[in-house]
Amino acid sequence: MTTAAYQIDAPAKTTTLTHQYVAFGIMTAFFVVAPIFIYPVFLMQALCFALFACAFNLLIGYVGLLSFGHAMFLGTAGYISAHAAKVWGFPPELAILTGTAASALLGVLAGALAIRRQGIYFAMITLALAQMIYFFALQAPFTGGEDGIQAVPRGIMFGFLDLSNQMTLYWVVLAIFLFGFLLIYRIVHSPFGQVLKAIRENEQRATSLGYKTDHYKLIAFVLSAALSGLAGATKAIVFQLASLTDVHWTMSGEVVLMTLLGGLGTIFGPVAGAFIIIAMQNYLAQFGQWVTIIQGLIFVVCVLAFRRGVIGELGRYLKKPL
Amino acid sequence: MAGDVILEAKGLTKEFRGFVAVKDVDLQVRRGTIHALIGPNGAGKTTCFNLLTKFLTPTRGRITFNGHDITHAKPADIARMGLVRSFQISAVFPHLTVLENVRIALQRKRGASFDFWRSERVLDSFNERAIELIDAVGLSDYVHAVAVELPYGRKRALEIATTLALDPEMMLLDEPMAGMGHEDIDRIAALIKKVSVNRTVLMVEHNLSVVANLSDTITVLTRGQVLAEGDYASISKNPEVQQAYMGSGDA
Ligand SMILES: Nc1ncnc2c1ncn2[C@@H]1O[C@H](COP(=O)(O)OP(=O)(O)OP(=O)(O)O)[C@@H](O)[C@H]1O
Ligand SMILES: [Mg+2]
Repeated sequence: MTTAAYQIDAPAKTTTLTHQYVAFGIMTAFFVVAPIFIYPVFLMQALCFALFACAFNLLIGYVGLLSFGHAMFLGTAGYISAHAAKVWGFPPELAILTGTAASALLGVLAGALAIRRQGIYFAMITLALAQMIYFFALQAPFTGGEDGIQAVPRGIMFGFLDLSNQMTLYWVVLAIFLFGFLLIYRIVHSPFGQVLKAIRENEQRATSLGYKTDHYKLIAFVLSAALSGLAGATKAIVFQLASLTDVHWTMSGEVVLMTLLGGLGTIFGPVAGAFIIIAMQNYLAQFGQWVTIIQGLIFVVCVLAFRRGVIGELGRYLKKPL
Repeated sequence: MAGDVILEAKGLTKEFRGFVAVKDVDLQVRRGTIHALIGPNGAGKTTCFNLLTKFLTPTRGRITFNGHDITHAKPADIARMGLVRSFQISAVFPHLTVLENVRIALQRKRGASFDFWRSERVLDSFNERAIELIDAVGLSDYVHAVAVELPYGRKRALEIATTLALDPEMMLLDEPMAGMGHEDIDRIAALIKKVSVNRTVLMVEHNLSVVANLSDTITVLTRGQVLAEGDYASISKNPEVQQAYMGSGDA
Protein backbone atom coordinates (compact mmCIF):
# COMPACT_ATOMS: atom_id res chain seq x y z
CA MET A 1 0.00 0.00 0.00
CA THR A 2 2.79 2.38 0.83
CA THR A 3 4.46 1.87 -2.52
CA ALA A 4 1.13 2.34 -4.30
CA ALA A 5 0.66 5.75 -2.74
CA TYR A 6 4.13 6.71 -3.82
CA GLN A 7 3.68 5.55 -7.40
CA ILE A 8 0.44 7.43 -7.86
CA ASP A 9 2.08 10.61 -6.82
CA ALA A 10 5.34 10.22 -8.66
CA PRO A 11 4.04 11.65 -11.98
CA ALA A 12 2.71 14.75 -10.22
CA LYS A 13 6.21 15.52 -9.04
CA THR A 14 7.63 15.16 -12.53
CA THR A 15 5.12 17.60 -14.04
CA THR A 16 6.05 20.29 -11.53
CA LEU A 17 9.51 20.20 -12.97
CA THR A 18 8.42 19.85 -16.60
CA HIS A 19 6.66 23.21 -16.73
CA GLN A 20 9.77 24.86 -15.34
CA TYR A 21 11.80 23.27 -18.13
CA VAL A 22 9.29 24.68 -20.62
CA ALA A 23 9.56 28.12 -19.05
CA PHE A 24 13.34 27.85 -19.19
CA GLY A 25 13.14 26.90 -22.89
CA ILE A 26 11.00 29.95 -23.62
CA MET A 27 13.34 32.25 -21.72
CA THR A 28 16.43 30.89 -23.47
CA ALA A 29 14.78 31.06 -26.89
CA PHE A 30 13.88 34.68 -26.20
CA PHE A 31 17.47 35.58 -25.35
CA VAL A 32 18.74 33.83 -28.47
CA VAL A 33 16.51 35.79 -30.84
CA ALA A 34 16.28 39.02 -28.80
CA PRO A 35 19.42 40.72 -30.21
CA ILE A 36 17.69 40.79 -33.62
CA PHE A 37 15.18 43.35 -32.42
CA ILE A 38 16.58 44.65 -29.13
CA TYR A 39 19.77 46.65 -28.70
CA PRO A 40 22.37 44.08 -27.47
CA VAL A 41 24.01 46.48 -25.00
CA PHE A 42 20.70 46.88 -23.25
CA LEU A 43 20.23 43.10 -23.21
CA MET A 44 23.70 42.57 -21.77
CA GLN A 45 23.09 45.12 -19.05
CA ALA A 46 19.77 43.48 -18.21
CA LEU A 47 21.34 40.01 -18.18
CA CYS A 48 24.03 41.13 -15.72
CA PHE A 49 21.41 42.59 -13.41
CA ALA A 50 19.20 39.54 -13.87
CA LEU A 51 22.02 37.33 -12.63
CA PHE A 52 22.63 39.73 -9.75
CA ALA A 53 18.94 39.62 -8.79
CA CYS A 54 18.84 35.81 -9.05
CA ALA A 55 21.85 35.59 -6.73
CA PHE A 56 20.21 37.97 -4.29
CA ASN A 57 16.97 35.98 -4.46
CA LEU A 58 18.83 32.82 -3.50
CA LEU A 59 19.32 34.42 -0.08
CA ILE A 60 16.05 36.24 0.50
CA GLY A 61 13.78 33.84 -1.33
CA TYR A 62 15.20 30.50 -0.24
CA VAL A 63 16.89 31.19 3.09
CA GLY A 64 14.78 34.15 4.17
CA LEU A 65 17.77 36.43 4.76
CA LEU A 66 17.33 40.04 3.63
CA SER A 67 20.72 41.48 2.77
CA PHE A 68 20.78 45.19 2.33
CA GLY A 69 24.39 45.33 1.23
CA HIS A 70 24.59 43.15 -1.83
CA ALA A 71 26.08 45.97 -3.88
CA MET A 72 29.37 45.27 -2.09
CA PHE A 73 29.65 41.97 -3.95
CA LEU A 74 28.61 43.38 -7.31
CA GLY A 75 30.95 46.35 -6.96
CA THR A 76 33.98 44.60 -5.46
CA ALA A 77 34.03 42.02 -8.22
CA GLY A 78 33.68 44.84 -10.74
CA TYR A 79 36.69 46.71 -9.38
CA ILE A 80 38.85 43.63 -9.01
CA SER A 81 38.13 42.28 -12.48
CA ALA A 82 38.54 45.71 -14.08
CA HIS A 83 41.87 46.14 -12.29
CA ALA A 84 42.96 42.62 -13.23
CA ALA A 85 42.12 43.16 -16.89
CA LYS A 86 43.54 46.65 -17.15
CA VAL A 87 46.57 46.74 -14.85
CA TRP A 88 47.58 43.10 -14.59
CA GLY A 89 46.67 42.38 -18.19
CA PHE A 90 44.59 39.33 -17.33
CA PRO A 91 42.54 37.78 -20.15
CA PRO A 92 38.79 38.35 -19.60
CA GLU A 93 38.01 34.84 -18.31
CA LEU A 94 40.70 35.14 -15.62
CA ALA A 95 39.72 38.71 -14.78
CA ILE A 96 36.10 37.62 -14.26
CA LEU A 97 37.19 34.63 -12.22
CA THR A 98 39.43 36.80 -10.03
CA GLY A 99 36.62 39.28 -9.42
CA THR A 100 34.19 36.48 -8.58
CA ALA A 101 36.67 34.90 -6.19
CA ALA A 102 37.21 38.25 -4.47
CA SER A 103 33.48 38.60 -3.87
CA ALA A 104 33.27 35.03 -2.60
CA LEU A 105 36.04 35.81 -0.13
CA LEU A 106 34.29 39.00 0.92
CA GLY A 107 31.18 36.85 1.28
CA VAL A 108 32.96 34.57 3.75
CA LEU A 109 34.01 37.54 5.89
CA ALA A 110 30.73 39.43 5.70
CA GLY A 111 28.73 36.23 6.15
CA ALA A 112 30.68 35.18 9.23
CA LEU A 113 29.84 38.53 10.82
CA ALA A 114 26.22 38.80 9.71
CA ILE A 115 24.84 35.28 9.68
CA ARG A 116 24.18 34.93 13.40
CA ARG A 117 21.90 37.96 13.41
CA GLN A 118 18.25 37.75 12.52
CA GLY A 119 15.86 39.92 10.52
CA ILE A 120 16.50 43.63 10.64
CA TYR A 121 19.87 43.19 12.40
CA PHE A 122 21.09 41.05 9.55
CA ALA A 123 20.02 43.74 7.08
CA MET A 124 21.73 46.44 9.17
CA ILE A 125 25.04 44.60 9.41
CA THR A 126 25.15 43.88 5.70
CA LEU A 127 24.34 47.53 5.02
CA ALA A 128 27.09 48.71 7.39
CA LEU A 129 29.65 46.40 5.78
CA ALA A 130 28.62 47.58 2.33
CA GLN A 131 29.08 51.20 3.42
CA MET A 132 32.60 50.34 4.57
CA ILE A 133 33.33 48.87 1.16
CA TYR A 134 31.89 51.99 -0.46
CA PHE A 135 34.18 54.30 1.48
CA PHE A 136 37.10 52.03 0.78
CA ALA A 137 36.30 52.21 -2.94
CA LEU A 138 36.04 55.99 -2.67
CA GLN A 139 39.43 56.36 -0.94
CA ALA A 140 41.61 53.51 -2.19
CA PRO A 141 44.10 54.61 -4.86
CA PHE A 142 43.49 51.75 -7.30
CA THR A 143 39.72 52.30 -7.67
CA GLY A 144 40.05 55.72 -9.26
CA GLY A 145 37.74 57.49 -6.79
CA GLU A 146 34.89 59.38 -8.46
CA ASP A 147 36.11 58.40 -11.95
CA GLY A 148 36.21 54.68 -11.32
CA ILE A 149 38.33 52.39 -13.48
CA GLN A 150 37.69 53.36 -17.09
CA ALA A 151 38.63 51.97 -20.47
CA VAL A 152 38.92 48.41 -19.23
CA PRO A 153 40.06 46.25 -22.13
CA ARG A 154 37.59 43.54 -23.11
CA GLY A 155 40.31 41.35 -24.49
CA ILE A 156 40.13 37.92 -26.05
CA MET A 157 38.46 35.16 -24.09
CA PHE A 158 40.11 31.72 -24.01
CA GLY A 159 42.47 33.03 -26.66
CA PHE A 160 39.92 32.93 -29.50
CA LEU A 161 36.73 34.82 -28.54
CA ASP A 162 37.29 38.45 -29.46
CA LEU A 163 35.03 40.35 -27.08
CA SER A 164 35.37 43.61 -28.98
CA ASN A 165 32.89 42.03 -31.38
CA GLN A 166 29.52 42.92 -29.91
CA MET A 167 27.71 39.72 -30.82
CA THR A 168 30.53 37.52 -29.52
CA LEU A 169 30.36 39.50 -26.30
CA TYR A 170 26.60 39.00 -26.20
CA TRP A 171 26.86 35.20 -26.51
CA VAL A 172 29.50 35.12 -23.78
CA VAL A 173 27.33 37.21 -21.46
CA LEU A 174 24.32 35.02 -22.22
CA ALA A 175 26.38 31.89 -21.50
CA ILE A 176 27.55 33.33 -18.18
CA PHE A 177 24.01 34.28 -17.25
CA LEU A 178 22.65 30.85 -18.12
CA PHE A 179 25.45 29.17 -16.18
CA GLY A 180 24.61 31.24 -13.09
CA PHE A 181 20.89 30.78 -13.53
CA LEU A 182 21.14 27.00 -13.87
CA LEU A 183 23.52 26.77 -10.94
CA ILE A 184 21.00 28.63 -8.76
CA TYR A 185 18.24 26.37 -10.03
CA ARG A 186 20.32 23.38 -9.08
CA ILE A 187 21.15 24.79 -5.65
CA VAL A 188 17.47 25.42 -4.95
CA HIS A 189 16.58 21.90 -6.04
CA SER A 190 19.37 20.07 -4.25
CA PRO A 191 19.46 18.28 -0.89
CA PHE A 192 21.23 21.41 0.37
CA GLY A 193 18.47 23.63 -1.02
CA GLN A 194 15.91 21.50 0.74
CA VAL A 195 17.60 22.21 4.09
CA LEU A 196 17.75 25.91 3.20
CA LYS A 197 14.00 25.93 2.68
CA ALA A 198 13.52 24.18 6.01
CA ILE A 199 15.64 26.88 7.69
CA ARG A 200 13.59 29.59 5.99
CA GLU A 201 10.39 27.96 7.14
CA ASN A 202 11.34 27.25 10.74
CA GLU A 203 14.93 27.61 11.83
CA GLN A 204 14.38 26.39 15.40
CA ARG A 205 12.81 23.22 14.16
CA ALA A 206 15.67 22.63 11.73
CA THR A 207 18.08 23.03 14.64
CA SER A 208 16.09 20.65 16.80
CA LEU A 209 16.39 18.07 14.02
CA GLY A 210 20.14 18.36 14.28
CA TYR A 211 21.00 20.79 11.50
CA LYS A 212 23.72 23.31 12.22
CA THR A 213 21.82 26.08 10.54
CA ASP A 214 24.64 28.64 10.66
CA HIS A 215 26.78 26.46 8.39
CA TYR A 216 24.00 26.20 5.82
CA LYS A 217 23.26 29.89 5.93
CA LEU A 218 26.92 30.78 5.54
CA ILE A 219 27.38 28.55 2.51
CA ALA A 220 24.25 30.03 0.91
CA PHE A 221 25.54 33.52 1.68
CA VAL A 222 28.90 32.81 0.06
CA LEU A 223 27.26 31.27 -3.01
CA SER A 224 25.03 34.32 -3.34
CA ALA A 225 28.02 36.64 -2.92
CA ALA A 226 30.07 34.76 -5.50
CA LEU A 227 27.26 34.78 -8.06
CA SER A 228 26.63 38.48 -7.44
CA GLY A 229 30.35 38.90 -8.01
CA LEU A 230 30.14 36.98 -11.26
CA ALA A 231 27.45 39.43 -12.39
CA GLY A 232 29.53 42.44 -11.34
CA ALA A 233 32.72 41.17 -12.95
CA THR A 234 30.94 40.44 -16.22
CA LYS A 235 29.31 43.85 -16.15
CA ALA A 236 32.70 45.54 -15.70
CA ILE A 237 34.07 43.79 -18.78
CA VAL A 238 30.94 44.53 -20.84
CA PHE A 239 30.85 48.23 -20.00
CA GLN A 240 34.62 48.52 -19.67
CA LEU A 241 34.00 50.35 -16.44
CA ALA A 242 33.98 49.83 -12.70
CA SER A 243 32.49 52.71 -10.77
CA LEU A 244 31.10 53.82 -7.43
CA THR A 245 27.51 53.33 -8.67
CA ASP A 246 27.91 49.59 -8.31
CA VAL A 247 28.98 49.74 -4.66
CA HIS A 248 26.54 52.46 -3.68
CA TRP A 249 23.74 51.59 -1.26
CA THR A 250 21.13 52.53 -3.87
CA MET A 251 22.35 49.53 -5.88
CA SER A 252 21.64 47.32 -2.87
CA GLY A 253 18.16 48.79 -2.82
CA GLU A 254 17.66 48.35 -6.54
CA VAL A 255 18.28 44.63 -6.39
CA VAL A 256 15.68 44.36 -3.63
CA LEU A 257 13.21 46.16 -5.93
CA MET A 258 14.01 43.92 -8.88
CA THR A 259 13.46 40.80 -6.83
CA LEU A 260 10.25 42.02 -5.20
CA LEU A 261 8.87 43.23 -8.50
CA GLY A 262 9.58 39.96 -10.27
CA GLY A 263 8.57 37.68 -7.42
CA LEU A 264 10.41 36.75 -4.28
CA GLY A 265 11.35 33.09 -4.06
CA THR A 266 10.44 32.34 -7.66
CA ILE A 267 13.03 31.02 -10.09
CA PHE A 268 12.19 33.34 -12.99
CA GLY A 269 10.93 36.36 -11.06
CA PRO A 270 14.26 38.13 -10.51
CA VAL A 271 15.02 37.90 -14.24
CA ALA A 272 11.72 39.55 -15.13
CA GLY A 273 12.17 42.12 -12.35
CA ALA A 274 15.65 43.05 -13.55
CA PHE A 275 14.44 43.48 -17.13
CA ILE A 276 11.54 45.68 -16.08
CA ILE A 277 13.68 47.94 -13.89
CA ILE A 278 16.49 48.24 -16.45
CA ALA A 279 14.00 48.91 -19.26
CA MET A 280 12.33 51.56 -17.15
CA GLN A 281 15.64 53.25 -16.42
CA ASN A 282 16.59 53.24 -20.08
CA TYR A 283 13.31 54.41 -21.52
CA LEU A 284 12.53 56.86 -18.78
CA ALA A 285 15.99 58.42 -18.98
CA GLN A 286 14.52 61.17 -21.19
CA PHE A 287 12.49 62.44 -18.24
CA GLY A 288 15.70 63.36 -16.41
CA GLN A 289 15.19 64.06 -12.73
CA TRP A 290 11.72 62.54 -12.84
CA VAL A 291 12.97 58.98 -13.41
CA THR A 292 13.19 58.19 -9.72
CA ILE A 293 9.72 59.48 -9.04
CA ILE A 294 8.13 57.71 -12.01
CA GLN A 295 10.03 54.56 -11.07
CA GLY A 296 8.77 54.88 -7.51
CA LEU A 297 5.19 55.30 -8.68
CA ILE A 298 5.34 52.35 -11.03
CA PHE A 299 6.84 50.33 -8.25
CA VAL A 300 4.10 51.24 -5.80
CA VAL A 301 1.43 50.38 -8.36
CA CYS A 302 3.09 47.05 -9.17
CA VAL A 303 3.46 46.08 -5.54
CA LEU A 304 -0.19 46.93 -4.89
CA ALA A 305 -1.42 45.14 -7.99
CA PHE A 306 0.93 42.14 -7.93
CA ARG A 307 1.76 41.37 -4.36
CA ARG A 308 3.66 38.24 -5.27
CA GLY A 309 5.53 40.01 -8.03
CA VAL A 310 4.86 39.70 -11.73
CA ILE A 311 6.07 36.11 -12.05
CA GLY A 312 4.72 35.12 -8.66
CA GLU A 313 1.23 36.20 -9.76
CA LEU A 314 1.60 34.51 -13.12
CA GLY A 315 2.62 31.27 -11.43
CA ARG A 316 -0.37 31.55 -9.13
CA TYR A 317 -2.66 32.14 -12.08
CA LEU A 318 -1.25 29.09 -13.91
CA LYS A 319 -1.27 27.16 -10.61
CA LYS A 320 2.34 26.20 -11.21
CA PRO A 321 5.33 27.62 -9.35
CA LEU A 322 7.64 29.41 -11.80
CA MET B 1 10.29 -0.40 35.34
CA ALA B 2 13.83 -0.77 36.43
CA GLY B 3 16.01 1.03 33.96
CA ASP B 4 19.16 3.04 34.27
CA VAL B 5 19.01 6.81 34.07
CA ILE B 6 19.23 8.15 30.52
CA LEU B 7 18.78 11.85 31.20
CA GLU B 8 19.72 13.54 34.42
CA ALA B 9 19.65 17.14 35.57
CA LYS B 10 21.23 18.28 38.81
CA GLY B 11 20.59 21.64 40.44
CA LEU B 12 19.22 23.04 37.18
CA THR B 13 18.57 26.76 37.52
CA LYS B 14 17.63 29.44 35.03
CA GLU B 15 17.33 33.10 35.83
CA PHE B 16 15.94 35.69 33.45
CA ARG B 17 17.27 39.04 34.61
CA GLY B 18 16.75 38.24 38.26
CA PHE B 19 13.53 36.27 37.77
CA VAL B 20 14.10 32.62 38.60
CA ALA B 21 12.07 30.56 36.12
CA VAL B 22 13.65 27.21 37.07
CA LYS B 23 15.18 26.70 40.48
CA ASP B 24 17.39 23.85 41.61
CA VAL B 25 15.59 21.18 39.67
CA ASP B 26 16.84 17.63 40.04
CA LEU B 27 15.39 15.31 37.45
CA GLN B 28 16.12 11.72 36.57
CA VAL B 29 14.49 10.11 33.59
CA ARG B 30 14.84 6.34 33.44
CA ARG B 31 15.48 4.62 30.15
CA GLY B 32 12.46 3.16 28.40
CA THR B 33 9.87 5.04 30.43
CA ILE B 34 7.31 7.70 29.70
CA HIS B 35 7.97 10.50 32.12
CA ALA B 36 5.53 13.39 32.44
CA LEU B 37 6.32 16.88 33.58
CA ILE B 38 3.22 18.67 34.82
CA GLY B 39 2.44 21.89 36.60
CA PRO B 40 0.37 25.04 36.36
CA ASN B 41 0.94 27.66 33.66
CA GLY B 42 4.22 29.45 34.03
CA ALA B 43 5.66 26.72 36.24
CA GLY B 44 8.78 26.53 34.11
CA LYS B 45 8.12 23.38 32.12
CA THR B 46 8.98 24.79 28.72
CA THR B 47 12.01 26.52 30.19
CA CYS B 48 13.13 23.13 31.53
CA PHE B 49 12.75 21.66 28.06
CA ASN B 50 14.74 24.51 26.57
CA LEU B 51 17.49 23.91 29.11
CA LEU B 52 17.57 20.16 28.59
CA THR B 53 17.76 20.55 24.80
CA LYS B 54 20.23 23.44 25.00
CA PHE B 55 17.98 26.05 23.43
CA LEU B 56 18.74 27.92 26.65
CA THR B 57 21.93 27.87 28.68
CA PRO B 58 21.37 27.12 32.37
CA THR B 59 22.50 29.70 34.90
CA ARG B 60 23.60 26.83 37.14
CA GLY B 61 23.40 23.09 37.14
CA ARG B 62 24.55 20.08 35.19
CA ILE B 63 22.87 17.92 32.60
CA THR B 64 23.99 14.47 31.52
CA PHE B 65 22.59 12.36 28.72
CA ASN B 66 23.65 8.73 28.50
CA GLY B 67 26.47 9.56 30.90
CA HIS B 68 27.83 12.40 28.76
CA ASP B 69 27.90 15.87 30.20
CA ILE B 70 25.84 17.97 27.78
CA THR B 71 25.62 21.12 29.88
CA HIS B 72 27.58 23.08 27.31
CA ALA B 73 26.62 21.27 24.10
CA LYS B 74 24.84 22.95 21.17
CA PRO B 75 21.20 22.17 20.33
CA ALA B 76 22.03 20.60 16.97
CA ASP B 77 24.58 18.33 18.66
CA ILE B 78 22.02 17.17 21.21
CA ALA B 79 19.73 16.13 18.39
CA ARG B 80 22.56 14.21 16.80
CA MET B 81 23.15 12.38 20.07
CA GLY B 82 19.58 11.10 19.94
CA LEU B 83 17.71 13.60 22.11
CA VAL B 84 15.05 15.24 19.96
CA ARG B 85 12.37 17.66 21.04
CA SER B 86 9.13 19.06 19.77
CA PHE B 87 7.79 22.52 20.51
CA GLN B 88 4.79 23.80 22.44
CA ILE B 89 3.66 25.70 19.36
CA SER B 90 3.39 23.27 16.50
CA ALA B 91 6.64 23.17 14.61
CA VAL B 92 6.29 22.06 11.03
CA PHE B 93 7.85 23.52 7.91
CA PRO B 94 4.65 25.27 6.77
CA HIS B 95 5.20 25.68 3.05
CA LEU B 96 6.70 22.27 2.43
CA THR B 97 4.57 19.22 1.80
CA VAL B 98 4.01 16.53 4.40
CA LEU B 99 6.39 14.26 2.52
CA GLU B 100 9.07 16.95 2.36
CA ASN B 101 8.67 17.71 6.05
CA VAL B 102 9.44 14.14 7.00
CA ARG B 103 12.22 13.86 4.44
CA ILE B 104 14.04 16.82 5.97
CA ALA B 105 14.48 14.71 9.08
CA LEU B 106 15.36 11.53 7.20
CA GLN B 107 17.86 13.45 5.12
CA ARG B 108 19.86 14.23 8.27
CA LYS B 109 21.11 10.66 8.22
CA ARG B 110 23.11 11.42 5.09
CA GLY B 111 25.30 13.54 7.32
CA ALA B 112 25.71 17.16 6.34
CA SER B 113 23.69 17.96 3.23
CA PHE B 114 26.04 20.54 1.79
CA ASP B 115 25.92 19.06 -1.71
CA PHE B 116 24.30 21.93 -3.56
CA TRP B 117 25.42 20.59 -6.92
CA ARG B 118 23.42 17.36 -6.68
CA SER B 119 19.78 16.93 -7.72
CA GLU B 120 17.20 16.59 -4.99
CA ARG B 121 16.18 13.37 -6.69
CA VAL B 122 18.76 11.62 -4.53
CA LEU B 123 16.29 12.24 -1.71
CA ASP B 124 13.68 10.08 -3.41
CA SER B 125 15.37 7.11 -1.81
CA PHE B 126 13.86 8.30 1.47
CA ASN B 127 10.30 8.36 0.14
CA GLU B 128 9.45 4.84 1.12
CA ARG B 129 10.51 5.28 4.72
CA ALA B 130 8.84 8.71 4.83
CA ILE B 131 5.55 7.26 3.67
CA GLU B 132 5.75 4.49 6.28
CA LEU B 133 6.12 7.15 8.96
CA ILE B 134 3.32 9.24 7.49
CA ASP B 135 1.06 6.18 7.48
CA ALA B 136 1.98 5.44 11.07
CA VAL B 137 0.65 8.79 12.26
CA GLY B 138 -2.49 8.49 10.14
CA LEU B 139 -1.62 11.06 7.49
CA SER B 140 -1.70 8.74 4.45
CA ASP B 141 -4.28 10.93 2.74
CA TYR B 142 -2.15 14.02 3.08
CA VAL B 143 1.22 12.93 1.68
CA HIS B 144 1.39 15.77 -0.83
CA ALA B 145 -0.61 18.33 1.11
CA VAL B 146 1.21 21.49 2.11
CA ALA B 147 1.74 21.43 5.87
CA VAL B 148 0.24 24.86 6.50
CA GLU B 149 -3.10 23.65 5.16
CA LEU B 150 -3.42 20.75 7.60
CA PRO B 151 -5.83 21.01 10.52
CA TYR B 152 -4.12 21.60 13.85
CA GLY B 153 -4.27 18.02 15.11
CA ARG B 154 -2.76 16.75 11.88
CA LYS B 155 0.08 19.21 12.15
CA ARG B 156 0.98 17.80 15.54
CA ALA B 157 0.84 14.32 14.06
CA LEU B 158 3.18 15.44 11.29
CA GLU B 159 5.52 16.87 13.87
CA ILE B 160 5.66 13.52 15.64
CA ALA B 161 6.30 11.72 12.36
CA THR B 162 9.16 14.13 11.66
CA THR B 163 10.64 13.59 15.11
CA LEU B 164 10.30 9.83 14.74
CA ALA B 165 12.09 9.97 11.42
CA LEU B 166 15.30 10.64 13.33
CA ASP B 167 14.64 7.46 15.32
CA PRO B 168 15.70 9.26 18.50
CA GLU B 169 16.65 7.38 21.60
CA MET B 170 14.72 9.93 23.60
CA MET B 171 11.89 12.29 22.66
CA LEU B 172 10.84 15.43 24.50
CA LEU B 173 7.29 16.44 23.67
CA ASP B 174 6.03 19.82 24.83
CA GLU B 175 2.23 19.63 25.13
CA PRO B 176 1.73 17.35 22.13
CA MET B 177 -2.05 17.48 22.59
CA ALA B 178 -2.66 21.11 23.35
CA GLY B 179 -5.57 22.49 21.38
CA MET B 180 -6.75 19.11 20.12
CA GLY B 181 -10.20 17.58 20.05
CA HIS B 182 -10.99 14.28 21.81
CA GLU B 183 -10.53 12.15 18.76
CA ASP B 184 -7.11 13.56 18.01
CA ILE B 185 -6.06 13.25 21.64
CA ASP B 186 -6.89 9.56 21.68
CA ARG B 187 -5.03 8.95 18.45
CA ILE B 188 -1.93 10.83 19.50
CA ALA B 189 -1.96 9.17 22.93
CA ALA B 190 -2.07 5.77 21.28
CA LEU B 191 0.70 6.85 18.96
CA ILE B 192 2.93 8.00 21.80
CA LYS B 193 2.32 4.71 23.57
CA LYS B 194 3.25 2.86 20.41
CA VAL B 195 6.42 4.76 19.66
CA SER B 196 7.60 4.68 23.26
CA VAL B 197 8.59 1.06 22.83
CA ASN B 198 12.39 0.98 22.91
CA ARG B 199 12.43 4.69 23.52
CA THR B 200 12.29 7.15 26.35
CA VAL B 201 9.71 9.91 26.34
CA LEU B 202 9.64 13.02 28.48
CA MET B 203 6.47 15.00 27.93
CA VAL B 204 4.75 18.09 29.20
CA GLU B 205 1.00 17.68 29.22
CA HIS B 206 -1.91 19.49 30.82
CA ASN B 207 -4.48 16.81 30.10
CA LEU B 208 -4.30 14.78 33.31
CA SER B 209 -6.21 11.77 32.05
CA VAL B 210 -3.66 11.41 29.28
CA VAL B 211 -0.87 11.75 31.80
CA ALA B 212 -2.53 9.17 34.06
CA ASN B 213 -2.83 6.67 31.25
CA LEU B 214 0.53 7.10 29.63
CA SER B 215 3.18 7.93 32.14
CA ASP B 216 5.26 5.75 34.37
CA THR B 217 6.58 8.65 36.38
CA ILE B 218 5.27 12.15 36.96
CA THR B 219 7.19 15.14 38.14
CA VAL B 220 5.19 18.12 39.34
CA LEU B 221 6.71 21.54 38.91
CA THR B 222 5.47 24.74 40.52
CA ARG B 223 7.16 28.12 40.41
CA GLY B 224 10.23 26.56 38.90
CA GLN B 225 10.68 23.97 41.63
CA VAL B 226 9.96 20.28 41.91
CA LEU B 227 6.97 19.84 44.18
CA ALA B 228 6.53 16.09 43.99
CA GLU B 229 7.50 13.06 41.99
CA GLY B 230 6.05 9.58 41.67
CA ASP B 231 3.44 7.55 39.84
CA TYR B 232 -0.01 8.91 39.17
CA ALA B 233 -1.64 7.29 42.19
CA SER B 234 0.76 8.83 44.67
CA ILE B 235 0.87 12.20 42.91
CA SER B 236 -2.90 12.57 42.78
CA LYS B 237 -3.18 11.90 46.51
CA ASN B 238 -0.49 14.39 47.41
CA PRO B 239 -2.18 17.31 49.21
CA GLU B 240 0.46 19.81 48.14
CA VAL B 241 -0.09 18.92 44.51
CA GLN B 242 -3.82 19.18 44.92
CA GLN B 243 -3.42 22.58 46.45
CA ALA B 244 -1.05 23.83 43.77
CA TYR B 245 -3.53 22.86 41.11
CA MET B 246 -6.52 24.24 42.98
CA GLY B 247 -4.69 27.40 43.82
CA SER B 248 -3.91 28.21 40.22
CA GLY B 249 -7.36 27.15 39.06
CA ASP B 250 -5.80 24.75 36.63
CA ALA B 251 -6.82 21.19 35.74
N1 LIG C 1 12.89 34.29 27.67
C1 LIG C 1 12.29 34.60 28.84
N2 LIG C 1 12.56 35.79 29.45
C2 LIG C 1 11.94 36.11 30.61
N3 LIG C 1 11.08 35.31 31.26
C3 LIG C 1 10.77 34.13 30.70
C4 LIG C 1 11.36 33.71 29.48
N4 LIG C 1 10.87 32.48 29.15
C5 LIG C 1 10.02 32.17 30.14
N5 LIG C 1 9.97 33.13 31.08
C6 LIG C 1 9.15 33.10 32.31
O1 LIG C 1 9.46 31.93 33.00
C7 LIG C 1 8.30 31.37 33.57
C8 LIG C 1 8.16 29.93 33.15
O2 LIG C 1 7.77 29.90 31.79
P1 LIG C 1 7.56 28.54 30.98
O3 LIG C 1 7.24 28.89 29.59
O4 LIG C 1 8.73 27.65 31.20
O5 LIG C 1 6.29 27.94 31.70
P2 LIG C 1 5.45 26.65 31.36
O6 LIG C 1 5.45 25.83 32.56
O7 LIG C 1 5.92 26.03 30.10
O8 LIG C 1 4.01 27.29 31.14
P3 LIG C 1 2.82 26.88 30.15
O9 LIG C 1 2.08 25.79 30.79
O10 LIG C 1 2.03 28.13 30.04
O11 LIG C 1 3.44 26.49 28.85
C9 LIG C 1 7.14 32.25 33.17
O12 LIG C 1 6.83 33.14 34.24
C10 LIG C 1 7.67 33.01 32.00
O13 LIG C 1 7.08 34.30 31.93
MG1 LIG D 1 5.15 25.72 28.24
